[in-house]
Amino acid sequence: MYSHLRRDSISDVIVAESLEKRFDDVVAVDRIDFAVREGEIFGFLGPNGAGKTTTMKMIQCVSPKTAGTLRVFGMDVSTRPRQIKQHLGVVPQENNLDPDFTAYQNLTIYARYFGIPRKTAEERAEELLDFMQLREKSDVLIDKLSGGMKRRLIIARALVNDPELLILDEPTIGLDPQARHLIWEKLKEIQAQGNTQVMTTHYLDEAARLCDRLVIMDHGKILVEGSPGSLISEYAGTDIVEADSTPQVMACLDAIGASYDAVGDVVQVFTGRPHDVVRALMESCSHEKVLARPATLEDVFLKLTGRTLRE
Amino acid sequence: MVDLGLSRITGSALYVWRRNWDAFIKTYRVNFIPPFVEPLLYLLALGYGLGAFVEAIDGIPYPQYIAPALVSISVMYSAFFECTYSSFVRMYYQKTFDAIIAAPLSIEDVIAGEILWGATRGTIYATLMLPVLIAFGVVDLPTSFLLIPFALPAGLLFACIGMCFTAITPGIDALNYPSFLFITPMFLFSGTFFPLDILPEQVQYFAIAFLPLTHVVNVNRAITLTAFSPFVLFSLVWIGVVTVIFFVIALRLMRRRLIV
Ligand SMILES: Nc1ncnc2c1ncn2[C@@H]1O[C@H](COP(=O)(O)OP(=O)(O)OP(=O)(O)O)[C@@H](O)[C@H]1O
Ligand SMILES: [Mg+2]
Repeated sequence: MYSHLRRDSISDVIVAESLEKRFDDVVAVDRIDFAVREGEIFGFLGPNGAGKTTTMKMIQCVSPKTAGTLRVFGMDVSTRPRQIKQHLGVVPQENNLDPDFTAYQNLTIYARYFGIPRKTAEERAEELLDFMQLREKSDVLIDKLSGGMKRRLIIARALVNDPELLILDEPTIGLDPQARHLIWEKLKEIQAQGNTQVMTTHYLDEAARLCDRLVIMDHGKILVEGSPGSLISEYAGTDIVEADSTPQVMACLDAIGASYDAVGDVVQVFTGRPHDVVRALMESCSHEKVLARPATLEDVFLKLTGRTLRE
Repeated sequence: MVDLGLSRITGSALYVWRRNWDAFIKTYRVNFIPPFVEPLLYLLALGYGLGAFVEAIDGIPYPQYIAPALVSISVMYSAFFECTYSSFVRMYYQKTFDAIIAAPLSIEDVIAGEILWGATRGTIYATLMLPVLIAFGVVDLPTSFLLIPFALPAGLLFACIGMCFTAITPGIDALNYPSFLFITPMFLFSGTFFPLDILPEQVQYFAIAFLPLTHVVNVNRAITLTAFSPFVLFSLVWIGVVTVIFFVIALRLMRRRLIV
């Protein structure tokens, strides 16, 4: 249903080589390389200002690259924007639904920009409102929708041209858990129909759940690339033990030869043997607040990008 | 060859026009009243009220004299304000342009569609005013039906100029500058309510060289009085040339502003 471009020879939907973007003196994207394979969900993670949105906008052909190459569907973004955009669905970071119209009209009018005939557009709009569970909001003006409904509608809008590739810039920003779960489910469903997706997110659980592969960016550069699982085992190990950061705890950890990081008022031990560490802490320091948990993408993220706040 | 951006305009610009048309129709009650009321007020207050104290100008009774100016002013206001305040709201607050260029349209398509819509709105207003003017018997028939097709190029002129201001304005309040410093003086000093030739010669030349409304009033007055002269031809050429220049500038400035 979501696939009609034939590209037998090319299995990479997006290929970027030494891709660079400068705004006057700011280097927003600093010579990055990546390739997105057909049918996968590919994530871009990174702190605020890392260059994720800038990268998305270059892929969307709305922001010209400064240097390097960027090909989408095997086509150069700077020479064939219209052909690329015809098969692209975009969920921008900032909502830009048309407030002069209802939810339903937002879909039909957007479909018109793709040259989709009216009748097809109307059928498609109905279908998508059902798909995103917005049926009863069909005739409601945008201002009267909640944040979550707007986000769902904007995803519906991105699907109106039956896109081959979806660009999702923080698709679940500011949503409640129910809405996020609904969107995850839908994105998986769309992927199952053969669609490729590129997404950015600050929710690391979301990235771990959805992304087949992802990169972590910072200061315009890609730090690491891989599947969530491989990144976790490579950079955070399997498990983490946390305890209050007190001199006794540290002494205790030193005694068993475990290496740890002090993070605020807790210490973290990255380990493959959580039981041993926990037992040592509980027995030697008789400490109550000891927590063992599996390592997550968040641990990798914080380890690689640091804990300082970005302005 | 210099890249004027014209090659990036396609038929898709009409989808942008259509979006604005759809939004206009949704609120037609608000949109269709002013073009009826406005000429009525001006015609009563100025044409018949003030006009009672004014002698015929070049043998033309005052209401007949100002009738074509009222149409010209309405076209100017509707096209100019559509492509300044309204376009700015769509561009800056509603992010409508951003949404549209994510579809297979260029920014030039969007701007061309917006300008065409501004001109269309001027044409709609001219069309709605005409019956009022005919009812008062202040315009010649059937020549005055030409007011309608001429409203489109006149509207394009003001739409293109307006769009240039929209492209450079830092915020919506700064659009008050062109409104008060450019549009309002034009409203008064373009041969609208009194002939240009009572003004000092330099001012007359200035108006003819730089004030677009002068030429639009000139053409419209020729139409409503069925009095064509070579000066009308000059005005038409002036309007054509200036429109093309400002159109290209608007495309260029908008690309610079929005494509970063
Ligand atoms: N239009 C612009 N003009 C100048 N600088 C810009 C512009 N857009 C982005 N930048 C700069 O480029 C850098 C990357 O911004 P970008 O929006 O891509 O970050 P991001 O990773 O999407 O961040 P966030 O998580 O906050 O959305 C930042 O330093 C930002 O200030
Ligand atoms: Mg961003």
